[in-house]
Amino acid sequence: MVETSFDLIVVGGGPGGYVAAIRAAQLGLKTAVVEREHLGGICLNWGCIPTKALLRSAEVWHLIQHADAFGFKVEGASMDLAKIVDRSRKVAGQLSGGVKHLLKKNKVTVVDGQGALAGKGKLSVTKDGKEVATLSAPHIVLATGARARTLPGLEPDGKLIWTYKEAMVPKEMPKSLLVIGSGAIGIEFASFYRTLGVEVTVVEVMDRVLPVEDEEISAFARKQFEKQGMKIHTATTVEKLEGRGDAVSATLKAKDGKTAELKVDRAILAVGITGNVENLGLEGTGVKVDRGHVQIDGWCRTGEPGVYAIGDLVGPPWLAHKASHEGVICVEKIAGRNDVHPLNLGNIPGCTYCMPQVASVGLTEARAKEAGHEVKVGRFPFIGNGKAIALGEAEGMVKTVFDAKTGELLGAHMIGAEVTELIQGYVTAKTLETTEAELMETIFPHPTLSEMMHESVLDAYGRVIHF
Amino acid sequence: MAIPILMPALSPTMTEGKLSAWLMKEGDTISAGDVMAEIETDKATMEFEAVDEGVLGKILVSEGTEGVAVNTPIAILLEEGESLDDVDLEALKGGQGAPVVPPGAAEGKDESKPAEDAKPQTEVPEKPAAKAAAATPAAAEPAPAGGSGKRVFASPLARRLAKQAGIDLAAMKGSGPHGRIVKRDVEGAEAAPQAAKPAAAQAAAPAAAAAPAATEIHIPEGVGYDELPLSSMRKTIARRLTEAKSTIPHIYLTIDVELDALLALRKELNAKAPEGVKLSVNDFVIRATALALKRVPDANASFAGDRIIRYHNADIGVAVALPDNGLITPIVFKAETKGLAAISEEVKEKAGRARERKLKPEEYMGGGFAISNLGMYGIKDFAAVVNPPHGGILAVGMGEQRPVVKDGALAVATVMSVTLSSDHRVVDGALGAQLLAAFKGFIEDPVTMML
Repeated sequence: MVETSFDLIVVGGGPGGYVAAIRAAQLGLKTAVVEREHLGGICLNWGCIPTKALLRSAEVWHLIQHADAFGFKVEGASMDLAKIVDRSRKVAGQLSGGVKHLLKKNKVTVVDGQGALAGKGKLSVTKDGKEVATLSAPHIVLATGARARTLPGLEPDGKLIWTYKEAMVPKEMPKSLLVIGSGAIGIEFASFYRTLGVEVTVVEVMDRVLPVEDEEISAFARKQFEKQGMKIHTATTVEKLEGRGDAVSATLKAKDGKTAELKVDRAILAVGITGNVENLGLEGTGVKVDRGHVQIDGWCRTGEPGVYAIGDLVGPPWLAHKASHEGVICVEKIAGRNDVHPLNLGNIPGCTYCMPQVASVGLTEARAKEAGHEVKVGRFPFIGNGKAIALGEAEGMVKTVFDAKTGELLGAHMIGAEVTELIQGYVTAKTLETTEAELMETIFPHPTLSEMMHESVLDAYGRVIHF
Repeated sequence: MAIPILMPALSPTMTEGKLSAWLMKEGDTISAGDVMAEIETDKATMEFEAVDEGVLGKILVSEGTEGVAVNTPIAILLEEGESLDDVDLEALKGGQGAPVVPPGAAEGKDESKPAEDAKPQTEVPEKPAAKAAAATPAAAEPAPAGGSGKRVFASPLARRLAKQAGIDLAAMKGSGPHGRIVKRDVEGAEAAPQAAKPAAAQAAAPAAAAAPAATEIHIPEGVGYDELPLSSMRKTIARRLTEAKSTIPHIYLTIDVELDALLALRKELNAKAPEGVKLSVNDFVIRATALALKRVPDANASFAGDRIIRYHNADIGVAVALPDNGLITPIVFKAETKGLAAISEEVKEKAGRARERKLKPEEYMGGGFAISNLGMYGIKDFAAVVNPPHGGILAVGMGEQRPVVKDGALAVATVMSVTLSSDHRVVDGALGAQLLAAFKGFIEDPVTMML
């Protein structure tokens, strides 16, 4: 090692860590990133990006299956799973290389190894069990991310019982699949495999799928999934899960106590994630860990002076863009900028790339009411939108929730084609603190799916035009 | 990137101030926390500390300039290595709308401002700064709530929340990008101390009327006179007291109290007091008032429009005259919990800093009651103006020997007249009388104050 002394060191090169490092470098701090595996982290290598590549393949397959509706006769179509997976890996590889280049361009030093706190302002880096460097910096940002959570009795074996990691690189298509957990990760895999023809059963402990979304969106999604042939058991837990031979047997237990046996080829565990808090040298420091996550304040400071934490490591929402934004807040505060504000959870969008897609920002209708708001709710269905019909994607809805008194946009909830691309319009509106008036006065281009965002707002105020 | 340094709001009520002195000069390197300038607000002269670091590139508002509106760019801060040539000065200055008023031009400024705003737009073609001027939609922007003529940058939601809460955005400092006022700022103002809010809300409306519009005064020929500019403090006194006297229904109650026992006790205590402690009659008056407010708690209150704020502690403002014709009331907080020596010490220390104009806003804002003592000037009795949010003010006259009738015979006693001015909306006559009776009890039997 040439350099061992920095202004700021980031531990972990995922979307939280590498963004924090680049921002720090921009602000003139001498910065290093310590990464034990891949630059880009889970997001880029084993999460957001490769799954999007897989889902794109599924979408193409879906279009081939429905080509007739668009006026094409496709005969003899078949799928090559190895190629689908290979494409996904190549996409991840290309982007990981891109991050390396970005860090280099910004003069961020990348250190290969596992970082751990080693006394005040010191970080020990080990590789294959051997210490390779001791770095020092007055500010150390922990951004080590998270991994799949396991529950007692529900442990992955990597062969028959998968986590997201194995589910992303299947060697052969299972005939049947059990997905445990219907959050974003579970539902995306369920959607991918179902679209490619696998018999999929989803088990969710809560009373609805995608439980963080608005209740109407959950209900709409479930209907669509079931229409596609997915079997969904909500308010149900998996009592027993056992892989034997080339099959998995599961015991499902419904809320009313009834049990059922299920035999599937493979199972995917998607019951949440837990922070990578181990082997970071946190013992004996002021860093507090609660239920697998590091505790921080609004400026991402831990209980130990000079040590910060961001991203999945500090808890939900477990989203790459939340991690990146935290990284920026953390670093700008360290650099002494006075225009930094703590994260506003109400303005973080969430996207799920199942079919149909789901996207949302802010409070659900129920949460808004719980928080004491008197609400105005607008809805607009895809069936009322010209572009949606032209695309052959007439199923979905856009729902908006306003505070009746102030006109504040409290939340927006969408399901249907391309809504993950649309949600940003509402996020910008929320961040700029627009009220219903500015949204109504905004001109939306025709013909686009985005017109539905306008109509939903109009509907909340009894002014909807096209429905 | 170069950033404009904006005129800070150093107190919640400050809308403009005087840039009394620059302590840095162009080219100086600034670190966060350095004192860059001294700014005279409506209440005090305060130090303006840098929050960013860099080089003071250009001073836009020279020292001695009065009536500099909050958020007006007063200087340009450059980054290390950046040159003034790299900077689009007009763009940095622009967008704020408020033209910088040169010294002496403060008079009648509110009327002249819109005209000045409009001027660059007619002169645009011949000015290289056209870009900045055109980018300043001062004319198109609807007049902001405060009517000060300055464009207010606020989010739509913040505007609506402020309108619903009756809050004037013009006086508010924004925490959003480039000082934009956002929801959290308005919510912060709403959550501000309850007592301060009604005062601020009331201040908003009459402020326009009481603003320094020049009054025509007929001066016959041959009359010699000087014209003196108003200090920030004088403007505030004019505005606040005009507002107080014309919006608060005052009632006045006068009572005589005998001081002989108090003077005897004072003499005794002072004789035994440690070096440096010398109790004044006023210290006793403050303590007696505090105890009286505790005994008659309904009189320890502010009128707040739709409700009454009744205080748990006796926070008493003590009027202090300042050397060059000013007035401020530092507050003795929780006066009922403090002994005479502690009160004496605190008043002396705060009055000292008040005269140097070094009081912090939190040391003179709020309070439920006030005392003004002009006894040392030989004033026998007077009536003071209630200073909101206070519910009342006790005007204290001089203690003097007067003939009194005791048991049917004429006698001599040291007597002091005090007059309570109270806000009738919260302290009625009978309530005020109870307060004065309690006060009289403590003063005339001063040992009870020591309990």
